[in-house]
Amino acid sequence: MALETIDRRGDLAPVERAPGAWRRVLRAVLGRPTSATGLAIVLLFAATALLGPLIAPYEANEQVLAERRQPPSATHLFGTDRLGRDVFSRVVLGSRDIFALAGLGTLTAVLLGTVLGLAASYRGGWVEELTFRSFDALLAIPALLLALMLLGTIGPSRQSVLLVIAVVYTPIVARVVRSVVLAVKPRGFVEAARMRGESLVYVLGREILPSALPALAVEAALRFSYAIFLVASLGFLGVGVQPPAPDWGLMVLEARNDVALTPWALYFPAGAIALLVIGVNLLADGLRRGLQG
Amino acid sequence: MAVSVPEDGAILEIENLTVGYRTPAGWRDAVREVSLSARRGETVGVVGESGSGKSTLALAALRYLAEGGAVRAGRVRLRGVDVATLSPAALRRLWARDVRLVPQNPLAALNPAIRVGAQLAEAISAGPPTPAARALALELLERVRLADPQRVARAYPHELSGGMQQRVLLAMALHGDPALLVLDEPTTSLDVTTEAAILDLLEDLVAAPGGRAALMISHNLGVVARVCDRVAVLYAGELVEEAPAGALFATPLHPYTFALLESLPRPGSRHDTRPLRPIPGAIPRLDALPPACVFAPRCPLAVGRCRHERPPLEMPAVNRRVRCWRWRDMMAGALQSGPSPQGVQPAPVAPEPQETLLRVMGVTKHIPLRRSVADLLAGRPAQVIRAVDGVDLVVGRGRTLGVVGESGSGKTTLARCIVGLAERSDGSIQLLDMPLAPGIEERAPELLRRIQMVFQNPQEALNPFLTVGEALRRPLMRLAGLSREEAGRRAERLLDAVKLDPGFASRFPAQLSGGERQRVAIARAFAAAPDLVLLDESVSALDVSVQAAVLNLLSDLRRRDGTAYLLITHDVGVVRYLADDVAVIYLGQVQEEGPVDAVLAPPYHPYTEALLAAIPELPPARPGPRVRLEGEVPSPAAVPSGCRFHTRCPRFLGAVCVEQEPPYQDLGTGHRIRCHIPPDELLEMQSPTPSAPGIENQEPPHGHAVSASHRR
Repeated sequence: MALETIDRRGDLAPVERAPGAWRRVLRAVLGRPTSATGLAIVLLFAATALLGPLIAPYEANEQVLAERRQPPSATHLFGTDRLGRDVFSRVVLGSRDIFALAGLGTLTAVLLGTVLGLAASYRGGWVEELTFRSFDALLAIPALLLALMLLGTIGPSRQSVLLVIAVVYTPIVARVVRSVVLAVKPRGFVEAARMRGESLVYVLGREILPSALPALAVEAALRFSYAIFLVASLGFLGVGVQPPAPDWGLMVLEARNDVALTPWALYFPAGAIALLVIGVNLLADGLRRGLQG
Repeated sequence: MAVSVPEDGAILEIENLTVGYRTPAGWRDAVREVSLSARRGETVGVVGESGSGKSTLALAALRYLAEGGAVRAGRVRLRGVDVATLSPAALRRLWARDVRLVPQNPLAALNPAIRVGAQLAEAISAGPPTPAARALALELLERVRLADPQRVARAYPHELSGGMQQRVLLAMALHGDPALLVLDEPTTSLDVTTEAAILDLLEDLVAAPGGRAALMISHNLGVVARVCDRVAVLYAGELVEEAPAGALFATPLHPYTFALLESLPRPGSRHDTRPLRPIPGAIPRLDALPPACVFAPRCPLAVGRCRHERPPLEMPAVNRRVRCWRWRDMMAGALQSGPSPQGVQPAPVAPEPQETLLRVMGVTKHIPLRRSVADLLAGRPAQVIRAVDGVDLVVGRGRTLGVVGESGSGKTTLARCIVGLAERSDGSIQLLDMPLAPGIEERAPELLRRIQMVFQNPQEALNPFLTVGEALRRPLMRLAGLSREEAGRRAERLLDAVKLDPGFASRFPAQLSGGERQRVAIARAFAAAPDLVLLDESVSALDVSVQAAVLNLLSDLRRRDGTAYLLITHDVGVVRYLADDVAVIYLGQVQEEGPVDAVLAPPYHPYTEALLAAIPELPPARPGPRVRLEGEVPSPAAVPSGCRFHTRCPRFLGAVCVEQEPPYQDLGTGHRIRCHIPPDELLEMQSPTPSAPGIENQEPPHGHAVSASHRR
């Protein structure tokens, strides 16, 4: 393999995939300290989310009024807030919400964006034009503004936040898929499939989609990190998940007025948001290098 | 550099050069112990298949190796100076003044965001362009015979055709009178007609006063034979033979050189009577080189000694070197060209009288361009690209029709209209009297089965994510209605038919070489026993020896199944080798058609004549008047009036060509020529008699200013 790359004569370099590709990706991620750290952070938070109730010493809304505004200690690792709730337990249990909302929202956006992107850009013509011009219009509005507008109409709730993430990120995923479709559609193997009368679903799913998977995996990871940020932002603005749920953004909002007395109630959830976003980003970067490098 | 050229005029001297690349498994030497020199006024060719190390050699000669590459032994001297001893500053001066590299892909070598003139001036003044440099740039553009240097200088690279871009690079290579030109496949991406013009230019540049040496890297033996004085043959990183061009092609002393020549379609070779002889096996990988002679595993003359003892580089004659134990036997004629060892197979039975398989009637493909708002307001009609403009063709059952023409002639669009990947604008197509719908989605599965296609680029023909087995099973299941298990068994037989091991079924395309991929693509096209297979430049991206094997494979398959081919190509050698009938197409219209022997012999259509004259043939054609096409193929959005070839025709008559569509003259036996000149006059002009008037001086008409006089 190495020897073939030596004589780098003018051949085109199409996406090449041989068996063992995923092992190579894993090696690329684990082999770089930064992306390995990212993976470790994401796995840590994922484990926290999964095992939440087992880790958290208190209920999310368990108030001990005698122990309000306690600084971090052995009994309250991250201290308590002004209502006497254990911040550590709330951060741990809050990770479930954020993973579920950001994860499901991203998944919906990726699925929807992939299907729409594949179908519209393969079909071409006015269908493609209509789909992608509407997407362009959506993309012209800043994501947070679009989210606020949508939530303003349908009212804040978990389902609304999910829907908002899907609507905001579907166009972006569709664009990524479109770039792959446009590159792959004129290739011989797609035309050969058309020449034997394959169905649309087969051509899109079997001949074109695999070429898009590397780009999609990277995009999904990136979208996930943005979705985490979006969920937290909406919580902070008070239009996302509603109190008294242990949402990280909401916790930052509630601790904001109290920051002089209980800074820990603000710093720990804010730090959790930052750490998770950084971790997912580092992992996405590793994936990109492994898959597209 | 202040060093004068040594007495003997040697500009480039390569001595015992070994160049390696560092890999995780240690050094891999891509070039080993190669010595070569080029003198003033001399063009030295370096030929070899991909992987032979020819580009590495060229880059090492310029001390311009890629990261990870290094000279491991030996030395390179340019005008007597060892390039390894040069300081970075001196090396930059060397690159700036004394040597020039002309790369294969001209568009990639030019900055897309800078106008050509400015780019050229920048290279000349080695910094921000000065007015003097700009003036010199125009002069250089004129020297490479660009028709309108002012316009070219103002253009961006993408606005120029490939031939013009390559001329710009040659202009860039010429400033400051470099001592050495290194040409890396300079015409590979060009049409034959453009290639011929560039090669003419190259010859003049090297021979020009002042004199310079040129090193020409090419896989095209015909090109090398035309312009080179001496030729070195590289195989797996070793110099196996070096000789003056004429001697090398007349009496090759190394079996590899001989085998290369034998695998090239030449006048006289023909798939049924005199098939090509491809070289068995494949070029060895650098990590698995044969211990003694590198060619021994594929050599028909190999004896025990060849496998144990490395042959020395010997000098069998003045100016000749060869690395072979058996060159004396070669000299005595140990290898004879002729029919392949397995003997001549009987000619394919083309049913007579011919049954018509495919009938193309008046097919056009017009692509409207978008109108600008200004055009809309002014009421100008939308411009239309006439890619295919009224083509009639007939393919007989089991016959092969070759379609030739330059790029932009519409031959690929025509093929796509026939298979239905592009929808024709007008006309009709029938297969065995069944009408074919314009779009592929509207065609019945039974019709889809009967027409298949093999694409040009083997890299893109197979889905990188599906195994070879899956690629072959699918058409069997879809079109032949087999179950998955049956399809799997049949796929193995298909692999066998294209001479691949059944084990290939579980491989992915990335694990296959270019030739192997194209075999799989051919097997896929043949899977459901089609009546007609369209071959769109299907062998042109392959190395000569691989191409020979694939051509023979196509010939075998045709004999076995009685499949008809529509062979789209710019390579007349391939057409002559495989086709029964030929259609020559120019700007979307057939100019000449008929049986292959009739079309490729006088009288020709003047366009056919020019195409044939442009091909660098082996053995090199006798010197004499050459017909050359000037200029570019006109845009299919503005097809010239009258005869659409009149703007470039070397036999241009006058107003009649500009004003009237020429008649389709029938010469009998299906041979037809679209020209105003009567066939007997064409025959007289084109017959190679010494008294024939030289047509070289005849200026082709630019514009329509020619007087309305008629016959000469």
